[in-house]
Amino acid sequence: MQRQLANMKQSLFDQGYLDEQFIQLEELQDDANPNFVEEVVTLYYRDSARLIQSIEQALEKSPLDFSKLECLMHQFKGSSSSIGAKRVKSECTQFKEYCRVGNSDGCKRTFQQLKKEYATLKKKVEVYFQFARQIGPVEKACRSK
Amino acid sequence: MNLGVNSKSVTTSSASWKSGDAVSDQFPAGLRVLVVDDDPTCLRILEKMLRNCRYKVTTCGRAEVALKLLRDNKDGFDVVISDVHMPDMDGFKLLERVGLEMDLPVIMMSADDSKSVVMKGVTHGACDYLIKPVRMEALKNIWQHVVRKKKNEWKEKDTEQSGSVEEGDRQQKPTDDADYSSSANEGNWRNSRKRKEEEDDGDDKDDSSTLKKPRVVWSVELHQQFVTAVNQLGIDKAVPKKILELMNVPGLTRENVASHLQKYRLYLRRLSGQPQNGLGNSFLGPQDTGFGSISSLNSLDLQAYASSGQIPAQSLASIQAAALGRVTNKSGISVPIVDQRNIFSFDNPNIRFLDGQQHHSNGKQVNLLHGIPTNMDSKQLAALHQSGQPFGNNMHVNVHSPSGQSNSLLTQMVQPQSRTQMLNEVGGNQVLNFPSSVGQPGLSQPIPGSVFSRYGIDNVRPLTYTSLSQPSSVVEFSRSQGMELSGNSIPLTSNSGIPSYTSKGTLQEEVNSEIKGSRGFLPNFDAFNELNQNRTDNWDLQNVGSSIETPQHSNVQGRLDVAPSILVQPVFASDHRNGHIRTTSVNKAAFSAATSLGNGTNFGQQLTPSHADNSLRIKTERLPDMGFQSSLFPDHLGQEDLMSTLLKQPQEGLAPVENEFGFDEYQLDNLPV
Repeated sequence: MQRQLANMKQSLFDQGYLDEQFIQLEELQDDANPNFVEEVVTLYYRDSARLIQSIEQALEKSPLDFSKLECLMHQFKGSSSSIGAKRVKSECTQFKEYCRVGNSDGCKRTFQQLKKEYATLKKKVEVYFQFARQIGPVEKACRSK
Repeated sequence: MNLGVNSKSVTTSSASWKSGDAVSDQFPAGLRVLVVDDDPTCLRILEKMLRNCRYKVTTCGRAEVALKLLRDNKDGFDVVISDVHMPDMDGFKLLERVGLEMDLPVIMMSADDSKSVVMKGVTHGACDYLIKPVRMEALKNIWQHVVRKKKNEWKEKDTEQSGSVEEGDRQQKPTDDADYSSSANEGNWRNSRKRKEEEDDGDDKDDSSTLKKPRVVWSVELHQQFVTAVNQLGIDKAVPKKILELMNVPGLTRENVASHLQKYRLYLRRLSGQPQNGLGNSFLGPQDTGFGSISSLNSLDLQAYASSGQIPAQSLASIQAAALGRVTNKSGISVPIVDQRNIFSFDNPNIRFLDGQQHHSNGKQVNLLHGIPTNMDSKQLAALHQSGQPFGNNMHVNVHSPSGQSNSLLTQMVQPQSRTQMLNEVGGNQVLNFPSSVGQPGLSQPIPGSVFSRYGIDNVRPLTYTSLSQPSSVVEFSRSQGMELSGNSIPLTSNSGIPSYTSKGTLQEEVNSEIKGSRGFLPNFDAFNELNQNRTDNWDLQNVGSSIETPQHSNVQGRLDVAPSILVQPVFASDHRNGHIRTTSVNKAAFSAATSLGNGTNFGQQLTPSHADNSLRIKTERLPDMGFQSSLFPDHLGQEDLMSTLLKQPQEGLAPVENEFGFDEYQLDNLPV
């Protein structure tokens, strides 16, 4: 089971969904906060949903307010990077670049892509956490002295 | 609080940790951190990380709330971590507020790692700037900022309050900071003022007792003021205190004046050691001295210079006279070869003026002076003028130039060399060039060649000056002042012919001085020629940087033989050739020499004023090349300016030069006159 969990995690990393930062979060996890990572990720999705909505609304405007979009995206990027959402983060960077050059289509396209990655990651980590919770107690038991 | 929570993971230390007063023992544990970030995800993560570091964390999602928290708990926090982009308040603004009101160390954070933003953080006073996503390691060491700040505060308190350090007195901190900054400002103010005054990269003059005394740069203007004051008081009665009062230069201390006076006295002594050292005024000042010291090839001169030069050298170092800058440059170059020359050249610039004046009669010496003139402040030039007549002096300006033939030789040598050197050096030494070559004359033929080569530039320069400065234009060379001073046909102008980059300004003087000195050189002429030739070689070698130089060199070369006499000794050259006006003709010759780059035979032409123009032009041309040289040339009498400019440039070179000079001087001294 442990191995399965590890494999799951590994595949997430290999596929580029998560990066180093995720490991940092995991290191923060301890007995006092056994589900720290899950908590943070949940927090992220909750908070970022708000941002996604704001960006969506801004994208519907015409013409696009690129500086505002860039600002919103900057926040979103910061959040995403802090949980290690690698793919999402790279989409954010791309989006910001399109904003910088004023490419509306590019922005819109990238945003769609971003949403996709965002959703995919959410599903994957949910599975992961579920699994971790299942085997969690087992680990704790093993670790406890 | 957290401790309790965290202590779970900490098995052994939890106990002590929980004890409460473990904070002080376990520093940095217990550090009180306030985190401000509008992103809840980041906030949570940071909080966790900091807790894991065993810090006491308080989180805040809004800047306004954070400020309130800080105000309500004045001493409740040790450090603040804030995000840059926040909706309600800009992170930098918060940073400023915290710094002003609470004077706490603030760390900025952002996903934005662009240089401009980071720079903004620095300028706003942030202790640190973290790039998101923040890692644990980055947060582990934030305690250093707290310690550092406390340490600085205490230090300030110490300095401000003479040692009574009040630990942890936050209130004092701001005061201390204020005091500290004010004193620093004062120092800076002083420095900037000094800079303005002296147009030098002067060292800061900081009177703060906590700092070591910055060196004073005796710029041309400053020196002039000094000399004026001294003259007013009378050289015998001139005491540092009174001089200081008369000078009325803020930031100048009695000690500065005293050391400068000492050098000046030596300089004068040196001059008087030479025939007609009426140059008193031309005390180039530390700069010159050092410079001159080098040039004083002549044993006499050298010695005089050596002593003065040495001092100046040292003082120069401290003074950073422009001359030094130049000298240093040169010395670097020429020193090796001709210590004397260097000295000479240095001196020359200084002396040039003096010599120039004297040289007129002397001819040879004059040249030397010319070279140096640059160093010499206009004041000196004036002095030169005055003393111009007694040719005997002429060399003394050069200080080293052994009055007589040797001088002439030197002069010659100096000249050609200076020229060459100048030319060569023009690129670099400018100032030095001159002296070196000039100094040489005293040395004796054999040396000159070498010297010249080294100094070539120096010499060269003076030459150019001479041309420019045709007797009257001494001023312009500022260096060549010497030339003008001499009034007598200071062949200096011929110096102008010297490719020397008068730009070096000093060159001019050197030239002038050389010319002057060269008078005596006639006999040396031959030697000079040889020298010239050597020099020309040198020139070529040295032509660094100044294209003009080269041409000049070539001219000089050709001329050297011819010109040397011309250049160097506008005085004597003319004597030779023209047997008359050396100055004018010489100048011309020099001039033409300069002008007729490559025209060995221009000599004849030289005599014509047109040449002078040419040389002037050449010089001016060179100036531009030289960069600062050009500034030198401009008829600014202020050789000082030139010198300063020159000096400034080579400033770095100063150091080495000085050593060299000092070194050289020494040698010179040993030279039997």
